[in-house]
Amino acid sequence: MTVTLRVRFVRWFHQLASPPYVYRLAGQLAPWFAVTAGLLLLTGTYGGLVLAPADYLQGDGFRIIYVHVPSAYLSMLAYIIMATSAVVGFIWRIKMAHGLAVSAAPLGASFTLLALVTGGIWGKPMWGTYWQWADARLMSELLLLFLFAGYMVLRASFDDREKADRVSAILAAVGVINIPIIHYSVEWWSTLHQGPTIAKLDQPSITMDMLSPLLVMILGFTIFFAWLLCKRLQGEILNREGHARWVEKLLEEITR
Amino acid sequence: MSEFLQMGGYAAYVWSAYGITLIVLVVNIWAAFRSHTGALVRIHHENRPERSGRQPTVRQIT
Amino acid sequence: MNAFVLILQRDLRLAFRRWSEIATPLMFFIIVASLFPLASSPEASQLRESGSAVLWMSALLSSLLALDGLFRTDAEDGSMEQLILSPAPFGLIVLAKILAHWAVSGVPLLLLAPFLAISFYLPLEALPTLIIALALATPTLSVLAAIGAALTVTLRGGGAIIGLLVLPLTGPVLIFGTRATEMAINGESALGPLYLLAALAVFAISVGPMAASAAIKVAME
Repeated sequence: MTVTLRVRFVRWFHQLASPPYVYRLAGQLAPWFAVTAGLLLLTGTYGGLVLAPADYLQGDGFRIIYVHVPSAYLSMLAYIIMATSAVVGFIWRIKMAHGLAVSAAPLGASFTLLALVTGGIWGKPMWGTYWQWADARLMSELLLLFLFAGYMVLRASFDDREKADRVSAILAAVGVINIPIIHYSVEWWSTLHQGPTIAKLDQPSITMDMLSPLLVMILGFTIFFAWLLCKRLQGEILNREGHARWVEKLLEEITR
Repeated sequence: MSEFLQMGGYAAYVWSAYGITLIVLVVNIWAAFRSHTGALVRIHHENRPERSGRQPTVRQIT
Repeated sequence: MNAFVLILQRDLRLAFRRWSEIATPLMFFIIVASLFPLASSPEASQLRESGSAVLWMSALLSSLLALDGLFRTDAEDGSMEQLILSPAPFGLIVLAKILAHWAVSGVPLLLLAPFLAISFYLPLEALPTLIIALALATPTLSVLAAIGAALTVTLRGGGAIIGLLVLPLTGPVLIFGTRATEMAINGESALGPLYLLAALAVFAISVGPMAASAAIKVAME
């Protein structure tokens, strides 16, 4: 029993390296992700804007966190997924893993930007400024944006896709090793400069009815990301496999 | 309703944050679908230049 | 180990033959720092406040500038392939090249920094800490820039990209370096940030050459 299970698992793992299988799998998963993400995002937005009570300190302004926190979380998740799959692709020479890394990069970069912008909008009424250099989280997020940008620029400057895969994987790995170092050093740095105005907002006094929409939104953003990751991965697979027989057959089916 | 829209005086901040989020989500959807359909259309032309008249539509692909 | 010494000697000899490549980043360092008072104000109080920031930023930029040709000249004349194929571990060879480059670009920067610091009205008591901090920070910067140079070794005009790739990673060095300098200026003991700079340097030197050598191999294959 266990032997067949293992065989099945190994086969499944090998299938994950096969482009037509992954293409079809992504195509099958995408609509499910789309529906789930849509439902969760709508529920979460309703919960965050209507059901959750206003914060006693920040009033209704705190409702921005329902889009800010999920996008900040997603930006980090996207970088970890990008770096992990790039390294997996580098070590075992799996094209599909590189394709996943490439697909995650623009999504991650856009959510990093969103986290920065919504953080700034939240900061204006709370801190009095759109941008607060002394805030470690904003600074780390900004550096994350630069890391995404570097990854994409490096990729774009290679003509050879396979070489771009392998070189950018090294950059992603170097970045992922550096993220904790950057994060903690920026945090250490910000404690030296932080004014008292921020400190009072640093205590999370979040209650259950405030928290549950946030969790729904985080889950919704994650599944939304998974949906678009599937679509981008499909496109990326086609870019890499354009002249394979199965793509030809697929096109026949579509245009029939 | 208007009380809800005013967001306790934070209307400009809350609605702009949610609006920008919506824009980012929509642009991401558009870009992801375009990367998929764009690749399909390009390969369609590359593999068989002579059948450039018949193009796969977005509806067929998704 | 023998290969390490040989590469070090070879690169040092080559560097002194092409002295203009050593001089350029140093001149850049001096010029950027001396233009700064023109951009802000020549007043002593203001320069004293921003002096350490200016020194550190100029050091950062010039060390990036210096690293562009680190691997490219060898890659272009074909000797890099020889080095990759040689029996000595390639990571060690890369480390030797980084060290040689640091010796001709980082060390002169350490020697120049006190003069610039004095011209920015930094107190004399702060100079030893500044030099130690730079001595601990420049190896990390060299390793980081070497990774950038390795990633872009086959790209024409890769120099500008190196900055984009590497500068975000230099944040910690900048934070601890300027903090150590500020503490020394205020007459405090800067041991804390200096230890952290040393830790970063040890980490960078032990891991960085592996990443750089992997990148060169991938880019050249």
